[in-house]
Amino acid sequence: MFDGSGFEGAGWLVVWPVLIPLLGAALAAAAWGRERTQATISIVVLGAQFISAAVLFDHVWSHGVVAMSMGGWPAPFGIALAADPFGAFLTVVGSLVALAVVAHSLGATDAEHRRAGFFPLILALMAGVAGAFLTSDIFNLYVWFEVTLISSFGLIVLGGRREQIDGAVKYAFLNLIATTLLLIAIGLLYGLTGTLNMADLSGAVAALPQDSTLETVGLLFLVSLGMKAALFPLYFWLPAAYHTPLPTVSAIFAALLTKVGVYALIRVFMVVFPDSAHLAREAMIWVAVATMVLGALGALAESDIRRFVSFTVVSGVGVMVGGLAIGTEAAFLGTIFYIVHSIIVSAALFIAAGMIASAGNATRIEDLAGLYKRAPYLSVAFLIVGLSLAGVPPLAGFWPKVYLVQAGLEAGSTILVVGILLSGFLTLLAVGRAFALIFWRAAPEDAPTPPAPEFGNLVKGSLGALAALTFLIGLYSAPVVKASTRAAADLLAPDAYIEAVLGAPRAVTASDDPVLGKEVTE
Amino acid sequence: MNSLILKTATPFLVGLTVLFSIYVLLRGHNVPGGGFIGGLIGASAFATYTINEGVAATRRAMVFHPVSIAGVGLFIAGLSGVASLLFGDAFMTGQWWFPSFAPDLKYLSTVVLFDIGVYLVVVGAIVAIIIGLEEST
Amino acid sequence: MEGAFAIVVGALFAVSVYLLLSGSMIRLLLGIFVLGNATHLLIFVAGRLTRDEPPLIPDGLKVAEAAIANPLPQALILTAIVISFSLFSFLLVLAYRAYQSLETVDTDRMRDAEPEAARQVLRGSDV
Repeated sequence: MFDGSGFEGAGWLVVWPVLIPLLGAALAAAAWGRERTQATISIVVLGAQFISAAVLFDHVWSHGVVAMSMGGWPAPFGIALAADPFGAFLTVVGSLVALAVVAHSLGATDAEHRRAGFFPLILALMAGVAGAFLTSDIFNLYVWFEVTLISSFGLIVLGGRREQIDGAVKYAFLNLIATTLLLIAIGLLYGLTGTLNMADLSGAVAALPQDSTLETVGLLFLVSLGMKAALFPLYFWLPAAYHTPLPTVSAIFAALLTKVGVYALIRVFMVVFPDSAHLAREAMIWVAVATMVLGALGALAESDIRRFVSFTVVSGVGVMVGGLAIGTEAAFLGTIFYIVHSIIVSAALFIAAGMIASAGNATRIEDLAGLYKRAPYLSVAFLIVGLSLAGVPPLAGFWPKVYLVQAGLEAGSTILVVGILLSGFLTLLAVGRAFALIFWRAAPEDAPTPPAPEFGNLVKGSLGALAALTFLIGLYSAPVVKASTRAAADLLAPDAYIEAVLGAPRAVTASDDPVLGKEVTE
Repeated sequence: MNSLILKTATPFLVGLTVLFSIYVLLRGHNVPGGGFIGGLIGASAFATYTINEGVAATRRAMVFHPVSIAGVGLFIAGLSGVASLLFGDAFMTGQWWFPSFAPDLKYLSTVVLFDIGVYLVVVGAIVAIIIGLEEST
Repeated sequence: MEGAFAIVVGALFAVSVYLLLSGSMIRLLLGIFVLGNATHLLIFVAGRLTRDEPPLIPDGLKVAEAAIANPLPQALILTAIVISFSLFSFLLVLAYRAYQSLETVDTDRMRDAEPEAARQVLRGSDV
């Protein structure tokens, strides 16, 4: 059944990466209060999700887009899940990093906060992330956004400290407004086209008059998804909230939630609006450059270690969207590589920041000093991850920036090239400053010397694994480049995706719908 | 709350509401009703009970933790979608069984199983919210 | 009919934006609530308002005989209502907790996560 010969058998491959964590979340919730059982379930389930995503990616690589309509309803009426190389690749990387982060949380010292639903919520979050990566229905995308949102609401308040509640209020209100704006955009698009299937929308939008209504819908998508992805000028909620929850929760948020927003931006603008929404596209390049530069400046000015990391996440989002704004194949190669790199590095940096805070017993950079002597392992890992973030060769962060700068030069977009180089330089300064102050600076002599921090093997190992991953991708980038090239090429030629989702030949379209058809064809 | 009328009526009210919610759940697949609305009615029964008897009594009455009940419901709903794999259909395709000795029995299907899962999710989640709100005041 | 509904939707959006611009958490909550309802109504109007038969297909037929009302907006709205209901109930509990622990509903005074003192930039002399 899984040899890929039959449509349905292969179609099931796209279901498992979503369904496995969902069932796992259900099991973990059923085991409420039994923490060890929940931890075992989480590790097994995330491992299974990774394997299923890898099998899916392998199948997509050799056989093309895999699509399955839920309940066997014919396209475009049913809700379809579909995996192209882009979505499948991100699912693989996302589930791998989630596995590392959850393994880290098992050894972390904040065990008492885990009782209140950490594991079921993380698994539900992963189901939502995989669902968003693999759905081909735009309303379904909104539903998966809400699944991640409601699990992230639960995760951000775990622990219940004062500043956490404060950060959670800002996070919750602004993200809820963002998803409501997304729903408004989807509602308007449905009113214009009468369909919700992204593949069907592709043709339906192209057939519409390219007027101000369509431009408005495009801008609404940019604003709502940009708010979720933390783009300028709507990123202020991120540094206000991401430093407050448990370090592992911050790590998984930074690794995946903004990337889901960027992914949705790319998907919507490449499949639904490939040749429309020009205003939004023109705005995008400026927004992206402002985001990357202001994020890096924020990181440079910040004195709280975890807020510093939050600002670097914002800066990275700008780089990814910059590639989308240019929209050439080379630019997408850089963007997709950068997303993969950023998923790994953001998680590692938040994990490292949490370890720094517990090793130095402080969160402000000026209160931390001399950690190199007391935690050499941590300092090496932080240096590797930080330099990779800044884009220093030969680490993983260097290559996507090379491709993006090249694409920017080819497309004649000086502003993007300047933005990427400037933000890279500022990030390097910020990382260097943080490293010098936290690790190199000698501790004041009168300060009491707390005992050397003791981290368990899981805590060290997960950080080490992520740092090693970004190091190895830097040295041997060929597989990631190959996968990103393929994903970028498929993004620019969405016909295969559209055909796989709709199922060729198209029997009926939504414009034949007896109710909407007469309105749409007017 | 301290009302003699409500206190006297509660046992009957709660029992009848739960019974009605199960009726709405089962009639759901061809006429208005179903797991979600049935679950809401069932949860309102537990809400009435909580107002009168307090949180501790509701916890006892539910036997399991409300979140556990929601988890079991989600698991049942998810598995009901997988059942179609055995028959070579797409995910979430409804599978029906009409036994030859009782062809009018129209409840033996994965669709009803899904609805039962939804019912449990709704009851568990809403009672968890009600308990949380009651305890925080 | 759509025109009248469009005006209602617009009025609801105006009300919600006005409420969302406030600094009080209570008004923000009301604003979110009105925003959600305005959006649901918008989807309803976007699906076209027709006075057709209910979307029920009689036994033995594959498609309806006459024109039927569009059932999809209702399914979308029901989903959106369920989701916004659960998110809104979370926000209510969160706002209450925030009022208990931060002792204010004024968002300008909620500065625990971003204290003013932490905003000063590190100077070179600290090294």
